[in-house]
Amino acid sequence: MSEPLIDVRGLRFRYDDGTQALDGVDFRLWPGETVALLGANGSGKTTFVLHLNGLLAGEGEVWVCGVPVEKKTLADVRRRVGLLFQDPDEQLFMPTVIEDVAFGPLNLGLNTEQAEKRAREALSQVGASAAAGRAPYHLSAGEKRRVALAGVLAMEPEILVLDEPTTYLDPPGQRDLVRCLHGLPQAKILVTHDTLFAAALATRAVFFERGRIVAEGAVREIVEKFSWTPGAGTKPAG
Amino acid sequence: MHHVTLDRWSRGESVLHRRDARVKVLALAAYLVAVATLDAGQQLALVACGALLAAGLLASRLPAGALLARAAIVLPFSGVFAIFSVLGGQPGRAVELVEKSYLSACAVLLVAGTTPLARLMGALESLHVPRFVVLVVQFIYRYLFVVSEQAQHMRLAALSRGEKGSFRAAAGALAVLFARSEARAEAVYRAMAARGFSGRIPQLGTPQLHPADAAFLIAAVGAAAIIRIAAGVFS
Repeated sequence: MSEPLIDVRGLRFRYDDGTQALDGVDFRLWPGETVALLGANGSGKTTFVLHLNGLLAGEGEVWVCGVPVEKKTLADVRRRVGLLFQDPDEQLFMPTVIEDVAFGPLNLGLNTEQAEKRAREALSQVGASAAAGRAPYHLSAGEKRRVALAGVLAMEPEILVLDEPTTYLDPPGQRDLVRCLHGLPQAKILVTHDTLFAAALATRAVFFERGRIVAEGAVREIVEKFSWTPGAGTKPAG
Repeated sequence: MHHVTLDRWSRGESVLHRRDARVKVLALAAYLVAVATLDAGQQLALVACGALLAAGLLASRLPAGALLARAAIVLPFSGVFAIFSVLGGQPGRAVELVEKSYLSACAVLLVAGTTPLARLMGALESLHVPRFVVLVVQFIYRYLFVVSEQAQHMRLAALSRGEKGSFRAAAGALAVLFARSEARAEAVYRAMAARGFSGRIPQLGTPQLHPADAAFLIAAVGAAAIIRIAAGVFS
């Protein structure tokens, strides 16, 4: 069997306020996989994915494509793992869309022509070429999400990590996003509460509870096991 | 909000919009120096500066009334100092203060209203304004929209719960807004680091200067210099 793209062993992390956010997480992502991370708010999902990009550093081991995540490998790790944040406004900070999407490639050391070419290709990949010259604050929520995704894709990552990507999106926007993600060849990790979205894309799901992975399996199996179906438990009695 | 209007204006089409941002910034600097160094007695020169500004305004095709009204935002500030001058027995100096501050504000708005912020920031950077200053301006402008939207949401939430505009509630909302802004700043930094940020924001190239830009720069700086020198000679 091939090597895992992401290999996490015994990961623990405690925030400064004493909250034990991760308490011994073991996780592997294999080539071609899309894994959904499910679990309640505060269960450690986002804290976990921030470790995959070296934005947080806890105890334990995190390996990305055979490279250990540590200070001297951060540039390499961040090129390999593309992280899409929950709120696109946090990701889009340059004055124009094309400059924002080119930000990552320029940081990788590409010259301006190469970076702009990659940025335009990435915008085309997500169907947002028309937004290239616009200011990010003039975009709709769906457009912002696509442009933020283009910013990640422009770095040509081997793994995509998407934190609550359907937040702020209306149903057509969610459908567009599913279509767009389906067409991308990278292995993916989806942090989501949206089980329909997870079922549409993920080949496997893991369930986080109090900083640990307490179950993993097919998306439907995990969703049923933890009553994680939309609307479950909301019907009035009688 | 003013910056929304400026943003819309800056995407217009005119001979001034087409000029390179760097030459506009240099022309503005020359104009501001000329205005700032005129004396109270050189009213004719101030009128000439006003005429130069009017020519720029005409070339920009911006709505003159709206721009002049927005520039009036400086008047309460310069007005305070003008009052002190009047009280100090220098009415001429008071008039000069108001005139100079208003002309300067109009000129700054004219440049900001004909240059998209991205190009303006690029121009400042290529003119060796410290990168830190440029970054701060850029981030303030970018996140002003986000923070103001948050403030509006908080206001609506407060109104929906019967808030009647008390000072205590406003102070509380302001504190929460500051805390949220700080949290957002951290999140923005994280998102930048995730895409390889290492303390320097790279740019997508510098635009080329055209002969028309050089001609504009010579004309604008020349006009400002002539007004200033003539004022000195004839006073």
